[in-house]
Amino acid sequence: MTQSQIEIQVVAALVAAACAIPGVFLVLRRSALISDAISHTVLLGIVIGFMLLGDIENPLLIVFAAGAGVLTVTLSELLLKTRRVREDAAIGLVFPALFSIAVIIITQNFGSIHIDVDAVLLGELAFAPFNRVDIIGSSLPRGVVVMGIILIANLIAVAVFYKELKLATFDAGLAAALGFSPALIHYGLMTSVSVTAVGAFDHVGSILVIALMIAPPAAAYLLTDRLARMIAYSALIGIAAAISGYWIARALNVNISGAMATMTGIFFVAALMFAPERGLIAQVIRRKRRGERFAVEMLLVHLRRHEGTSDEETENTLGHLTDELNWSPRYAHQTVKRAQRNGYVQLVSDALRLTDQGRTMASTLLAVR
Amino acid sequence: MENLLLIFTDYTIRNVLLGAIVLGLVSGTLSAFAVLRKASLLGDTMSHAALPGVIIAFLITGVRAPLPLLIGALIAGLLGTLFMSLITSTTRIKQDSAQGVILAVFFGFGMALLSWVIRQPGSEHAGLDRFLFGQAAATVESDVITMAGIGGIALLLIALFWKEFKLITFDAQYARTIGLPVGLLDVLVTTLIVIAVVVGLQMVGVVLMSAMIAAPGAAARQWTNRLGVMVILSAVFGAVAGAAGALISSSAANVPTGPVIVLAITVIVIVSLLFAPNRGILWSLRRTKSVLAPSPVEPNAQAHVVGSARPKGVYEP
Amino acid sequence: MTKDTSLYPIAVEDLTVAYHEEPVLWDVDVTVPAGALMAIVGPNGAGKSTLIKAMLGLVPRSAGHVHFFGRSYAEERQRVAYVPQRGSVDWDFPTNALDVVMMGRYGRIGWVKRPGKADRAVAHEALEMVGMRDFASRQISQLSGGQQQRVFLARALAQDADIYLMDEPFQGVDATTEHAIVRVLKDLQARGRTVVVVHHDLETVPEYFDHVLLLNVKAIANGRVEDVFTPENLRAAYGGRVDLLLKQEA
Repeated sequence: MTQSQIEIQVVAALVAAACAIPGVFLVLRRSALISDAISHTVLLGIVIGFMLLGDIENPLLIVFAAGAGVLTVTLSELLLKTRRVREDAAIGLVFPALFSIAVIIITQNFGSIHIDVDAVLLGELAFAPFNRVDIIGSSLPRGVVVMGIILIANLIAVAVFYKELKLATFDAGLAAALGFSPALIHYGLMTSVSVTAVGAFDHVGSILVIALMIAPPAAAYLLTDRLARMIAYSALIGIAAAISGYWIARALNVNISGAMATMTGIFFVAALMFAPERGLIAQVIRRKRRGERFAVEMLLVHLRRHEGTSDEETENTLGHLTDELNWSPRYAHQTVKRAQRNGYVQLVSDALRLTDQGRTMASTLLAVR
Repeated sequence: MENLLLIFTDYTIRNVLLGAIVLGLVSGTLSAFAVLRKASLLGDTMSHAALPGVIIAFLITGVRAPLPLLIGALIAGLLGTLFMSLITSTTRIKQDSAQGVILAVFFGFGMALLSWVIRQPGSEHAGLDRFLFGQAAATVESDVITMAGIGGIALLLIALFWKEFKLITFDAQYARTIGLPVGLLDVLVTTLIVIAVVVGLQMVGVVLMSAMIAAPGAAARQWTNRLGVMVILSAVFGAVAGAAGALISSSAANVPTGPVIVLAITVIVIVSLLFAPNRGILWSLRRTKSVLAPSPVEPNAQAHVVGSARPKGVYEP
Repeated sequence: MTKDTSLYPIAVEDLTVAYHEEPVLWDVDVTVPAGALMAIVGPNGAGKSTLIKAMLGLVPRSAGHVHFFGRSYAEERQRVAYVPQRGSVDWDFPTNALDVVMMGRYGRIGWVKRPGKADRAVAHEALEMVGMRDFASRQISQLSGGQQQRVFLARALAQDADIYLMDEPFQGVDATTEHAIVRVLKDLQARGRTVVVVHHDLETVPEYFDHVLLLNVKAIANGRVEDVFTPENLRAAYGGRVDLLLKQEA
């Protein structure tokens, strides 16, 4: 690996980890799409900041961009407060408008300068090593410094306010009752989303910011119930997606951010399929097991109900199960086999009879719980 | 005045204007349904999810003809909605996160594909990136005809299944009991919304297309309590915004069409929220002085006012 | 089949319904005689709403059959009208009371066609029956909860069915609405229709209904109110809580 390759990966990993932290709370608070809105509207902040400061490298730009992010959230909430539109519409109305203003300002004033709408959406990580700053005598890529600072700030914020964030996320009412202001926590989180988005989109583009803020936390949400672990898993998944995405992009000669975003999707699908408790495969296996047990129970209850009645001879036969319980002949056969193995029923030619054990079981099932 | 004359004489401006109006009409109509189905952000998700479909359709057909690309976009958009409902129905992941994952991952994948296509030799791929950012000025007559054709079919379907769409949007459960294939009709409405999105994509681009699905319906809802009026108003608002965007951007230098269309529809939304009779904020501010402010979105908000007046013919104990 | 299901407007046979393979209804066997006005009562989570939804095919059945006049629901849709819980829809939908009631005609009108004059007349009549004549053009979000409930009832009336299945129509309604609903129920019964109502208030069961189904996952008792609405059966359905319940509601 060359030094620039290492540097690109370090920047990407820092972005991934920094995005994971606010991302977890966005996903848990059901406002994931705020990241979509904010990562677009920070452009307006940067444009306005650039007009006022006249310098695209000025660190103060981040303040303007974060301000635009918070403005997006504030406007959406203001719109929501009118109670004339719903939450989804409120977000959908605000950010395209702010983004449009930014695009118009750009095309009007600086057609060809560095701020470029394509770059906002797509980003270009390959340039990361060329933009360097000197810190204590050593030359580092700007991205490493900026994202390193943002990551540390996010880590400190989450460490200091962990309890409050947790409470406000899972029980806003209780948090308010205990004297933590949910609004303060909310805006704190939105500031973190904005600052992270600004720092990151310069390097990776807004789409990868959204991907890294939502997909790894969503995947982690399927893997654990513990908040701290969810944050850690999200960061690790994000980093893994970023680094694997980088090498795939190199191998296939495609856009790096695009490949990384694709990888977050692959990791998400992997979690969706294979997560031990909540994954689709685990669900299918569990349902099949429960379904088999339940089928035997249904069989016992059915036999018990018709036992000793005038219609027992027709109802309690293997052939009748397919009609009565909507089972395929094969499934009916398997279920009867299973019930026989457990000693619940006997099959006498075609007629099904409950054993004593089966009868007790059926009565237990039918007792009111 | 000179610019107005150009509409009839200038080929490019006429196409842009007609395209923008068609776009506004179609997306405005579907926006009304998207808003009522609480799927305002579906436009956002679908416009992003469409990108890989466009590129793959290009890779398969090898030409940049509008129709195959739109079909590719449509298939990708529908796949996106399918995945979204798979995620929300089988896991505890909520709608917003599912939407975000689909939006970012599909679009990212599309970007990777696009960057690969662009690096291939040949020039057929030129202009594919129109589907990302939209380029109204590049609208040609065949684009307008394709848009009008596809959009027309969408509007026709809505007119045809009006009563069915109304019922499944208001009360899907009851619709099922009277024998309507609710699942199928749901897919049809979603398909129409995706069609509206992909029809507009090459004019206004990914980000701004989401506004055309979220905004016209939200504005129209403020003015009326009738679904029919709402849908027509929504279409008119969309068309007006489209026309305004096309005219303003053609009359000044360096003003992109898409963003102006979005700002035009935003202005319409703001005006509607403030001044619409009954639901408008100014109206309820005036009323606040006499009665407590009723809130239109909250059901039964006026129960204490309306319910106290007993209608005639009611059994009185 | 030993029982002739065609003799009954509703015959539920060995119905089992499960959510995620956990039974919500266990082997429920119920017949509803023609002209019955039946309450379904039982504690929370007893599966009352689920029973109605399973009858209508809104939730999948794990086992058993439901017959309406001896035939499947799909064959007899027109003769069965459903009144869902009021909270199941968004009342901010842009439409008025008459239009919602008109939806009761959609099943008869069929695909694509628009409602005609006759349908409009039926809808007005249905509104009249629930005492909502003057509210026909009122936006539905501006109706009180009770009025919204009556609009739903009118929609079912507009369907002009033989069987009415109602999910908690008395839930959270004002006295006017409660009386209006009771009057409609009695009227339907007088016209020979069969009505099944998920009901919460044990107190009013003998007054409003003539049949009752006591349900708690399985059918505890089913029959005429005077025969089966007994303390023993109630205790069986509600467990020990019934004394407390009756006392509270008294």
